Amino acid sequence: MRVRPMAVLLSAALALTAAACGAKSSEKDDAGPGPAMESAGPLDPNVKVSITVGCQPPKTAKGQRADWDADVQAFQAKYPNITIVSKDAFPCIVPETFQAKLAGGQMENVFYVYYTDTQKIIKNRQAADITPYVSGMKSVKDVNPLFLEAFKDGDRVYGLPRKAYTTGMVYNRRLFTQAGLDPDAPPTTWAEVREAAKKISALGEGYVGYGEYSAGNTGGWHFTSELYGRGGDILTPDGTKAAFNGAEGRAVLQTLKDMRWTDDSMGTKQLHRWEDLMRMMGSGKLGMMVAAPDVAVEVFNNFGAEIEDIGATTLPEARASLLGGDGYMINPKSTPDQIKAAMLWLEFHELTPGEGQFNHERSKAGGRPVGVPENILWGDNASGRKERELRKEFATVPVENFAPYETGSPNIRPKVEPPHAQEIYAILDTAMSAVLTREDADIDELLGDAEKKVNALLLRTK
Amino acid sequence: MAVPQTRAAKGRRFGIIARRNITAYGFLSGALICFALFSWYPMFREVVLSFQENNFVDPPVWVGLENFKSVFQDPAFKSAWVNTGVFTLLALLVGYVIPFMTALVLNELRHARGYLRFVVYLPVMLPPAVSVLLFKWFYDPGPGLFNQVLGLVHLPGLSWLDSTDTALISLVIVSTWMNLGSGTLIYLAALQTVPSELYEAAELDGAGVFRRIRHVTIPQTRLILLVMLLLQVIATMQVFIEPYLLTGGGPEDATVTVVYLMYQYAFNFGNFGGGSALGLMLMIVLMVFSAVYLRVSRDNT
Repeated sequence: MRVRPMAVLLSAALALTAAACGAKSSEKDDAGPGPAMESAGPLDPNVKVSITVGCQPPKTAKGQRADWDADVQAFQAKYPNITIVSKDAFPCIVPETFQAKLAGGQMENVFYVYYTDTQKIIKNRQAADITPYVSGMKSVKDVNPLFLEAFKDGDRVYGLPRKAYTTGMVYNRRLFTQAGLDPDAPPTTWAEVREAAKKISALGEGYVGYGEYSAGNTGGWHFTSELYGRGGDILTPDGTKAAFNGAEGRAVLQTLKDMRWTDDSMGTKQLHRWEDLMRMMGSGKLGMMVAAPDVAVEVFNNFGAEIEDIGATTLPEARASLLGGDGYMINPKSTPDQIKAAMLWLEFHELTPGEGQFNHERSKAGGRPVGVPENILWGDNASGRKERELRKEFATVPVENFAPYETGSPNIRPKVEPPHAQEIYAILDTAMSAVLTREDADIDELLGDAEKKVNALLLRTK
Repeated sequence: MAVPQTRAAKGRRFGIIARRNITAYGFLSGALICFALFSWYPMFREVVLSFQENNFVDPPVWVGLENFKSVFQDPAFKSAWVNTGVFTLLALLVGYVIPFMTALVLNELRHARGYLRFVVYLPVMLPPAVSVLLFKWFYDPGPGLFNQVLGLVHLPGLSWLDSTDTALISLVIVSTWMNLGSGTLIYLAALQTVPSELYEAAELDGAGVFRRIRHVTIPQTRLILLVMLLLQVIATMQVFIEPYLLTGGGPEDATVTVVYLMYQYAFNFGNFGGGSALGLMLMIVLMVFSAVYLRVSRDNT
């Protein structure tokens, strides 16, 4: 018997095709002429429009799905000329399918995005410029303008937020009490975080005082959060050079290194990614982590945490805070009428206090947690006040557990993620994993090395 | 046949052959269509995409070798190839030898053969995500299973995945454990085909266990061994799940492999051109390797 070279060659080649479709565009966006700042005018009620909308809750989330479907019914009754075709998915966005959906013409007219990806999508020109369509929307004026930032390039708007939050700290109140700490007075400085972490770790084997990410780009993401908190910046204001190799960047890594090796309060296992800390928080053995309050809902819904145990506060010594959240962008292949219909839907479902996603009364009746400040997208105005009132009225969780976050965060400036966020996070993962896994890690060297890599990246992708 | 055929007979013969082949082609077409649609077309697209800038909204722009240049300049590019090479070598040393040894031992056993075969194959049936989670616990540098075992025999614990020195070999161990079953089964099947007279003859000549393995088993299963070696190299060069799920490329890029970097480019960085360029490079490397390997192993036959 003889092995046929062609057959083996072919099978070798075939094995490689797993990830072989898609592309990118990084053409300089010179803000093409496009329509000026004029408003696009309302949708003609005699025009029949059908739009596809992403992120309908999956069939497994029965209650949420029923609410969504009811909202679609109500909306279509209000606008009989518009048909909403919901597309369910869980999770709502999978990076692997994004480009493929665009390429295959399967992308929804109104597609769901995370803040982390918005700038990349705008730069790749994969979202429609909706500036003329939002200029007349009243609800958009009530959104905290800093949360619209993520969806903008200059003064052009490419999407609308659904959820917005700034990074703070989520902690386990029960562990605070067990460790003799006051859960109503969470740490306000990094020195206090260190002290608290030490006490929680001392509770016994398996207890981790403070958990931190360092793998799969999440380490760089949290480095950015903590750097922003200390008043530092990832890039220079013109975006041409790295700016994190300074006192603030060193302080971020030094604190982590001290907690890991001097205090031994971060557990032994490192290289955590998103779901690792969720699991640890859910198991009730993790004391603190840098996170937004939406994590409280997440660990309750999906990781078995007791909602009464979870509290949230602002980032220690915070000068600014990385904002996060999600929202919707519009497929550039949509017609102007479809964009108009999409705006009406988004305004109805995502941007009306008391309706759609903010229908707290219905959420309470459905037995879902209400009262966590997981969405602070409104500014300090009528909409914002109304939403806060409703949230308090229908609260099902102890709202006082989140009071430190809610009273503290209005004074902290939300700050958007840097351009090339994921590439930069991948580079900064190296520094984070080094200080957490290597006792002799040299912080200056790590930061210098990362700075060089980021500068090279900025040159390369210019 | 010496008898000259008439035109009619020739035509009839052709008809029979054609009819027979139509059935064959009919059976083949399913596979051909599947391959064409899900393998050859994506491959072709990958090649095209690696020379393009394409956002799938506007018409694609041909950029020549730009994608390749930009990937070359990425400092992670070199470490990805080095890591992949080291992983493949380590996987050959560990992952290639162990299944063969396991098969040899299983083949010699008199009792509990079926049970042991089942146990050896069990990890293959576990979804990779489950195996990987399991090993996350085993590898915990604190109270993890492996370090507890080391502690029992008074050895110092290792950092396993959490150290740049041991991260890659830890991934090799996981990968070997996950794939052990398939390899062992194939070797077992090959061992069944070795005629027992050869062993008897060798035994009569006074050959011990190791000489029997060296002079009977290995030459008799040589073909399977060679094919498995090639398949293993091709598979391990494409290692992805282990670093993706266990280490996220860390610590300090120690486990960033070529396919992991390709994934980062294509899906996290939104740079499909770069990802396709990496994929194409890996494909070429593997094709060249396979061609050379087949050439060399054929000449030695």
